Amino acid sequence: MAEIFEYAPAPESRSVVSLRENYGLFVDGGFAPAESGETLTSLNPADESMLATVASAGPADVDRAVTAARLAQENVWGPMGGVERGKYLFRIARILQERSRELAVLESMDNGKPVKETRDVDLPLVAAHFFYHAGWADKLHHAGLGTDPRPLGVAAQVVPWNFPLLMLAWKIAPALATGNTVVLKPAETTPLTALVFAEICQEADLPPGVVNIVTGAGETGRALVEHPGVDKVAFTGSTAVGRGIARAVAGTDKRLTLELGGKGANIVHDDAALDQAVEGIVSGIFFNQGHVCCAGSRLLVQESIADELLARLKERMTRIRVGDPLDKNTDLGAINSADQLRRIREATDSGEAEGAERWSPDCDLPSEGYWFAPTLLTGVGQSHRVAREEVFGPVLSVLTFRTPEEAVAKANNTPYGLSAGVWTEKGSRMLWTAERLRAGVIWSNTFNKFDPTSPFGGYKESGYGREGGRHGLEAYLG
Amino acid sequence: MAEQRTSAKKAARTAPKAPARLAVRKTYKLYLGGGFPRSESGRSYPVTSADGDHLANASLASRKDARDAVTAARKAFSGWSGRTAYNRGQVLYRVAEVMEGRRAQFTDQLVAAQGVERSEADTSVSAAIDRWGYYAGWTDKFAQVIGGSNPVAGPYHNHSSPEPTGVVAVFAPQDAPLLGLTSVLAPVVATGNTAVVVTSEEAPLPAVDLAEVLATSDVPGGVVNLLTGRAGEIGPHLAPHGDVDALDLAGAGEHATAFEEAAAETLTRVLRPGPEAGGGERAWLDPDPGTSRMSPFLETKTVWHPIGV
Amino acid sequence: MPNTASAPEAVTERGLRAFLHGLPAVDEVGAAARAQDLATRSVKTTAKARAIDLAVSMVDLTTLEGADTPGKVRALCAKAALPDPEDRTVPTVGAVCVYPDRVGTAVEALRGTGIGIASVATAFPSGRAPLEAKLADTRAAVAAGASEIDMVIDRGAFLAGDHLKVYEEIAAVKEACGGAHLKVILETGELATLDNVRRASHLAILAGADFIKTSTGKVSPASTPPVLLVMLQAVRDHHRDTGRRIGVKPAGGIRTTKDAIRNLVLVDEIAGPDWLTPDLFRIGASSLLNDLLMQRTRLSTGVYPGPDHYTQD
Repeated sequence: MAEIFEYAPAPESRSVVSLRENYGLFVDGGFAPAESGETLTSLNPADESMLATVASAGPADVDRAVTAARLAQENVWGPMGGVERGKYLFRIARILQERSRELAVLESMDNGKPVKETRDVDLPLVAAHFFYHAGWADKLHHAGLGTDPRPLGVAAQVVPWNFPLLMLAWKIAPALATGNTVVLKPAETTPLTALVFAEICQEADLPPGVVNIVTGAGETGRALVEHPGVDKVAFTGSTAVGRGIARAVAGTDKRLTLELGGKGANIVHDDAALDQAVEGIVSGIFFNQGHVCCAGSRLLVQESIADELLARLKERMTRIRVGDPLDKNTDLGAINSADQLRRIREATDSGEAEGAERWSPDCDLPSEGYWFAPTLLTGVGQSHRVAREEVFGPVLSVLTFRTPEEAVAKANNTPYGLSAGVWTEKGSRMLWTAERLRAGVIWSNTFNKFDPTSPFGGYKESGYGREGGRHGLEAYLG
Repeated sequence: MAEQRTSAKKAARTAPKAPARLAVRKTYKLYLGGGFPRSESGRSYPVTSADGDHLANASLASRKDARDAVTAARKAFSGWSGRTAYNRGQVLYRVAEVMEGRRAQFTDQLVAAQGVERSEADTSVSAAIDRWGYYAGWTDKFAQVIGGSNPVAGPYHNHSSPEPTGVVAVFAPQDAPLLGLTSVLAPVVATGNTAVVVTSEEAPLPAVDLAEVLATSDVPGGVVNLLTGRAGEIGPHLAPHGDVDALDLAGAGEHATAFEEAAAETLTRVLRPGPEAGGGERAWLDPDPGTSRMSPFLETKTVWHPIGV
Repeated sequence: MPNTASAPEAVTERGLRAFLHGLPAVDEVGAAARAQDLATRSVKTTAKARAIDLAVSMVDLTTLEGADTPGKVRALCAKAALPDPEDRTVPTVGAVCVYPDRVGTAVEALRGTGIGIASVATAFPSGRAPLEAKLADTRAAVAAGASEIDMVIDRGAFLAGDHLKVYEEIAAVKEACGGAHLKVILETGELATLDNVRRASHLAILAGADFIKTSTGKVSPASTPPVLLVMLQAVRDHHRDTGRRIGVKPAGGIRTTKDAIRNLVLVDEIAGPDWLTPDLFRIGASSLLNDLLMQRTRLSTGVYPGPDHYTQD
């Protein structure tokens, strides 16, 4: 019967993207190669084809960027009135909307995520983030952070590869709105949308040096956060790197916010709206291939409904369409890199070796590129590695609980504390559970929802500081 | 004590004579889990006045005392953070009440410790008492000031509220043994955290007096734990401790960087020494520090819920 | 959760209530989000061509007006049998749907075509008549040759909590249908919540419905994607528990090819591809058919046709 209604391929056109072969560093308003001449190559993870080469910034380049940012902050951006700063941000928001299809396609190509998500989630949120913060620029004294809040100066920002442009927006929009200038390092495997964003800064006539983009790998990031000329460090990425940054800024005057890993629990009580809970579980772990720090990677289901729920979940998982990220009907795209694929495989194998039962729906994975089928691990115990460590892939560990107390205890039994979900139709139980969960974002009867007005960030080893909303401004004001 | 010291000086000039009444001296101990134990190590160290006279022997807290203090603070956390904000306010106000009744004791203690004029000591004591009242009033307001609803673009109720970070290790100011101590401790517990305090090493006695106030002021055992001793000895165990959620480095001095580095291992929140550091009791006189010492020990939790029929 | 197969042994109000209120709740926002997600499916080229033909074959071409005359019904039947006079590869529609007193005309007009004749009955659209009248209405339609009966449930009784009355009426009409298929109209626009839609779906299935249908077309809102989603989940769950497939028919407000294809995507991804047949899925519509035909021409010729190339009946 399936062939009656098999969706024909519906690829989004690549023609909206005009990529250059090489990209320099964006420093002081212009593009220039790295002083060393070194480059790195960005691949399309869906077919391993080469997309472009980008400069790999060394300490001298980072220094040049920080100096440009300092000059711009002290001479132009800091002294500029909030109204005018806001207008630049509004302008950037509009250009992002105008070029959203181009950026959505490019993000999909560079990252491997489905164009459905870049089109419907990433890009709308990116523009919304700039639009929201534009409005703050002239109202900072109303933010509850003092009557005369001052910018910190130069912000060093390092973003991950899972939401390249969205994480850039989360970093740059509040920094600029509050009068800081930035030097941002995109992730090694996903630098391209940040470089198009640099072009957008030019298109918006943003004063040179206000935004600087230095591409490169981990060493570039280290040089940036350790540069003595930065006043603020904002990092999103792994907890291991976050620890190193926290150590590096110790004893300095640099302010620090960290948005790190997670092992989010998604708690399904026996009275939950089951079909919507299934949707929430799917979006919790398969959204963006599970490359989500706040993913609901541990399903905690009440034992009395576990069989029923898992049957529905498996049925739903058979509908997940895995394949070409540029196909508008693709639900699950490519894994971002060969390294990440290896880590996911290794973690999943360890789950099986430790006694979990592994299940995936039948799906044909493309022969080229990096792919991993949506996977369930059932029979997982709290002590299993897959229940404790972040997998950062489309792999869901399933655990059961008997009572609400046990659910909360298991949910909190992790060094992380970024997100959690709770599914129940009973309001008082929802509030009871949400109150006890030690996590920065609680999605109740929903999951993986984001908004520029809603503060995001973790408890415990998921980092500190908040991004978004009034709360997010605090990280950039002194 | 002032009395004792005076009589000791007189003794040097006149012939030996038994006092009319021999004063009963206090044994200064740790405050841990609501009790007053000696250091498990059995150690103590001499505490002297500003003039160099011996005042008392204070317990010299050890690594294991610090460990026990963290355990006590953790145990008290769910109960204390689970109290209503109104109740926490009542308890903190009770601290002010009890302190007021003992103000002479605190003034004597400060005069002895710092060699300041009585009037200056008195100003510190008043400010310290008022500080408890100030934070008693904050307990049921900071959530409204810091939290709030977020107008997300969708059919969701979205609300952010501050929650206590957990167990906070407080390195109290070295040179501000009462007002400084109060100013860093009160905001930590007002917000529902529990505290392990390393007191001023040289002037720990006001802290022990404060512990006696806390113990008689409805503050549940374990909410505040006071360790007299050396920040440099205890700190290296508290800073990287996996069950310590935040550090206030106000009095960490030369150790601040090392403690911050150690805290990085578990992403422990750190409040670095501020402009008050080194300024003595006077540096802490600002009657309205606002939320500046509360927000560093609060986590923002944001809850989403759909709105539908 | 209760097994959706488990009809209470002796049907009582208490038993029905326990069963219906034991069904998992529906979160409205989540259901709407899922429907919206599936609305972004891109069905193009060959898939679109197949979907259009499938949709044509599922149309219940409907006229339900006080002004319906024999001439109007004959014209509709002619359209049903030959939707596009210029292209004879277009399939015939699933059925025509008329009032009981026009069934005879339709029977004559459709003789030999194999097209079903559906008739609304039971005091359509309000259903506010004595049971005897509803049964008489039904028997008259069946006697006149209707192969399918579209009945309305007593929404007043449902909203008043009298599930047993709703159940018993459906069961009685089912019996009056004899060999005719019974489609039970829930009038979801009046039930207001998706929880009610889920309960009414299972109540109708339990009482003997062969199809569950969203709407009369006379109440707004009529069929919406979240309502259809919940009804498709009901038949999916019933099949899982009993092995028996119940059909689904959205009606009202489905005017464009895009609407129809979105409905088919919901069928495919919620109930499953087994439901992609006129035996298990129908679309109650009148103006939809011409839009399907126009899109069909556009797809095969590459040229946008004008509306006057399609018959207005």
